[in-house]
This record gives sequence, structure tokens and C-alpha cells, in this order.
Amino acid sequence: MTAVVERPAVTDGTTSRTPPKNTGKKVALLAALTLGALFAGLPVLWMLASSFKRNSEIFAFPPRLITPGFSFDAYTTILTDPTKLRFFLNSYVVALSVTVLSLVVAVLAAYAFSRYEFWGKKTINVVVVSVQAVPPITLLIPYFGLMVTLRLYNTYQGLILTYMVFTLPYAIIMMTGYFNTLPKELDEAVKVDGAGPMTALWRILVPISVPGLVSVGVYTFMIAWNEFLFALTLTRTEDMRTVPIGIQLLMGQHSYEWNEMMAMSILGCIPVLLLFLFFQRYFIGGMTAGAVKL
Amino acid sequence: MSQITRPPEDTPVLAAPVRVSEASGRGRSISRFKQRLTPYGFLTPTGVLLVILMVTPIIMVISYSLLDGVITNKNPAFVGFENYAEVLTNPVFFDAVRNTLVFTVSSVVVHFAIGLAFALMLNSPLLGDRIKGLFRVLYILPWLFTVAIVAVLWRLLLSPNGVVNYLLGAFGVTDGQTEWLASTSTALAAVTFINIWSGYPFFMISLLAGLQGIPRELYEAARVDGAGAFKQFRHVTLPQLRPIIISMALLDFIWTTQQFALIWMTTGGGPIAATEVLSTFTYKLAFTRYDFSVASAAAVLVLLMSMVLAFFYVRHQKARD
Repeated sequence: MTAVVERPAVTDGTTSRTPPKNTGKKVALLAALTLGALFAGLPVLWMLASSFKRNSEIFAFPPRLITPGFSFDAYTTILTDPTKLRFFLNSYVVALSVTVLSLVVAVLAAYAFSRYEFWGKKTINVVVVSVQAVPPITLLIPYFGLMVTLRLYNTYQGLILTYMVFTLPYAIIMMTGYFNTLPKELDEAVKVDGAGPMTALWRILVPISVPGLVSVGVYTFMIAWNEFLFALTLTRTEDMRTVPIGIQLLMGQHSYEWNEMMAMSILGCIPVLLLFLFFQRYFIGGMTAGAVKL
Repeated sequence: MSQITRPPEDTPVLAAPVRVSEASGRGRSISRFKQRLTPYGFLTPTGVLLVILMVTPIIMVISYSLLDGVITNKNPAFVGFENYAEVLTNPVFFDAVRNTLVFTVSSVVVHFAIGLAFALMLNSPLLGDRIKGLFRVLYILPWLFTVAIVAVLWRLLLSPNGVVNYLLGAFGVTDGQTEWLASTSTALAAVTFINIWSGYPFFMISLLAGLQGIPRELYEAARVDGAGAFKQFRHVTLPQLRPIIISMALLDFIWTTQQFALIWMTTGGGPIAATEVLSTFTYKLAFTRYDFSVASAAAVLVLLMSMVLAFFYVRHQKARD
């Protein structure tokens, strides 16, 4: 994997060598890094701190990180409210389905792109790449009508199919690139034994592509977990809403329950955070390869 | 080891042809025919999905844009380009174009600047891997939050009574009373800042991976030629990163022009269209004014603009391959 983590550092040109007297430089660098970390981390720290406050303490003057009313009440409120738990359930169902289905469909397409030469291949390739640039807002209006016609409005299936349109191109491109790095002799060997291409794909290629599948899967999960515009438009009832919309609904209520919104935000980022911590190297490698090669 | 899981830099997106093993003996022509069809079989699920949910909606939105009163009216009348005329004579549309450009260009430029600065620091040979790992996780944090969360968080931080105003007031930078998201003079800058905060990690990570992929020999050669730190950066680092920078900038540009949730949840496009971007403008036409025909015309215009961007992106990728 392109584990950013494991590669030895390569001098980047800002320092010509590592001479013995670089303590000054080191201190300056650490200071700059710390400043950057404050920029990145302070807002997140404030979110975490606010989720433990009483709502009346949110704008207390002067602001304090930890207030006398420190408690887990906001979390308890959310975790005991069936409506809000439903938001989480919906998000998990949709995001996991999108991930699994996108991977299956993408693996099939990637196999065709990687192992076959066929009429129209270049055109289809260009279509798959450029589809990614179609702005969601352009699709939104016809989707509204289309989903009603297909009886998929306000259903899981509607959201799942919609998200697949956005995740598939990336997944196909990534998996094609991945398969291209695997020697074709692998699947040729199985075919000589009389097995079909499906066997070669699922028995040989897929099992050795787990790292690629994980990075594409993580990325797909994130897109589905985070999506806002279509979740807002293609669902109507509270029991079909996902977490991002749930957060917006909290904001729309008569008074702002800031501590609950922050608690819900923390709970909402946990799956992504866990994915990131567990699969950090796949994550970074996959994302980077995608960004570079898309 | 990196070869195992990531396509090497020079692999084209879609690989060179790989010849399928020849069927031998009887049934050769049937088997050949089947073999020819096989790749299409593999592509069928993708094809069906893209035709139903990508091609069809694009045709639908184009036809909507030429009719009057679609969705709300049972028998919409054909009106030619009238809906386009309505969009193009609406001053808010041009506000939206301008805001989208300001928002996008500033975001991309600063994403690049911060991303590169952080990536260079995180790649410095002066520090150990542990400490760099710690900072890397901290720097990636903003990217782990969905836009809805980012929006709510910054509404809290930027509230008139919020902590940002408190700090700015305490240090005497401002009077500490600024209504960042509710004032026409600061709202666009504020949403742009929020977008910068949430989007730079993506740039940073790609550049970091790019930096780590630059062969050491290049720096050694430059040093032998007497190049100092700045010259090495100028003549080795930047040229080596160029393809990544261009790819990322184009991608970021495409994504940022599509941003909806962040603006919708922080300012809703206001105050008085100060942060109206193309996506919020179109959304409001459709789902607040229920004027789906005019909204479709706006959506088609947005599509056309995106296609121009996509053209450059595809051409750049092709050139790289």
C-alpha cells in the first residue's frame, strides 16, 4: 500500500542535509506544526467540549472548555430518542448497502476493462470518467420525478441506487487500476484448467485484491454516509432521514439545542473515525491513488 | 511493496489489451462469439444503472428546461428557450456565478497553499516518524467530518456570541461583535473560510504521497550541482509534484463548484444573495419556488459549465497517460 505511514521520509528540499546543528530549525518547525494543529484541531476540540455542556452554558462568557455543568446528558438524550436512533440506523443501512453493491458492480466492470479488449471500450471509459463531473444539482430535479415514477421516493432503495451512481465511477476506475497491477497469468492459469472468467475473477482476483477493495469500500462508505442533497430531497418522512439531515432537523427546531447537535455530530463522525483509524493506510493510499489517477 | 496495492504511476487508467486465451478445437467460433460478448456482460449492471440514473435524467432535465410548468402542471407547454431567457435575465443568477467563482477559486488556491505547506512540514526529515504520525492525524481531522457537521460546528464557533468573536475581541483584532454569517460584507468570506478548513486535508494527503514518491537521487543530483534548499524546491519538488497539483486543483475545482450542503446549512445563500451559489440558486428555484422548468434551465446551464471543466480534466488525464 502507499502507506504514507511507512515510507521513509525523503528530504523535500527545504533542508539540504541534516547537519548536526539543526535544533533551531527543529524548534521552528515544531512551532509551525503546532500552529497548524491548532487551526485543524481547536474547532474539533470545541465541538467535543460543547457536547458535554448544558445548553445554557454554550455561550457562557468568558467561554470555557469545561463548564460546571459537565455531563453526558446530551448523549443520553440522543441515544434514548428512537427518532434520532433511527437516523443512525438509516445511515448505516444505506451506507453499508451502497458500499457492498458498489464493490460488486465495480469489480465486474473493472474486470472487463482490465482483462478484455472490446469494441467501444475507450468511449465507455471516457463516459465513466466524465460522469463524475456531472453536478448533482443537475440530476436532482429529474431524480425527484424519476424516483416518484419508479416508486422509489422516500425509500432506502432510492437512496442506495442514487449513491451508487456517484460512487461507481470512482470504484470502477480504482479497481481497474488495481486489477491492472495483478499479472494476467493468474487468471489465465485457472482458465487453462477449464474454469470460466467468473471463477477467475471471484476465486483468484478478488481474494488477492482485498487491500484495493478496502480502500475503495472505505471511500464509498464515506460518500454515502456524508451525502446531504439527495437525502434531503428524496426522503420525506422522519423515519427515512439520515444523520446529516437529522443534524439539520435539530437545527431547524424552535430553539437550538447546541449541546445535542454537537453530541450528535460526535456520534455521527464515529464510524468514519473508526474506519480511518483501522484502515488508515488503505484510506490514505486509496484516496491518494484515486486523486492522482482518477 | 507499494506496487502490490496501488497502480504504478505510469499505468494508464485502463490497461493495455490483454489477450484472452484462445479457445481450441470444436465450437471455436461459438466460443469466440461468447468471448466477445463476455466483457459486455460484465459491464451490464454498470450500464443499466448509468442509463437509468444518469443518461435518462440528463435527457429529462434538458426536456424539462424547454417546457413550461413541468411536474406541477399535467400538460406542460413547449416554450423553447424562454426558461433560459428567464434565468439569464435574473440578476441573482449572475450573483450566483460570481459567488461560485470567488468561493471556488479562493478555496482551491488556499487548499493548495495550506496543503503544500503542511505536506512539506509533515515530510521533513528533521522529525521522527512518531511525531509526524501524530501531527498527520491531527491535520486530517477536519476531513473526517461530514459537511453537515462542519456547518453546524462553524455556526456555533462563528455565532456573534461565539468563541471566535471572543478570541478576536480579546486580542483586539475586532470589536468581537461581528455577525460573520449574517452580514453581507463577511458572509461569503466566512463560508469560504469554513470550506478551506474542511477541504485542505485532501490536498495535503495527495501532496504528501507525491512528495514521498520523489526519488532521492533527484535531490542528490541537485545538491551536487550546488542547488540550495530553495532551488531544490523550485526545480525538483515543484516540477515533480506538478501532475498531482494539476489533477487535484481540477478535481477540487469541480467539487467545490458543486458545494451545496455547507452553504445551505450555514447561510442558506443569504443574506440577500451574498452567498448564493449556483447549486443553492437552482435548488431554491425548484424546491422553494416550485418552478421546476426554470430550475431545469439553470441546472442545464450548470451542467454545461461543468462539462467545460470535465473536458479539461479528461484531457489532462489523457495527456498524463
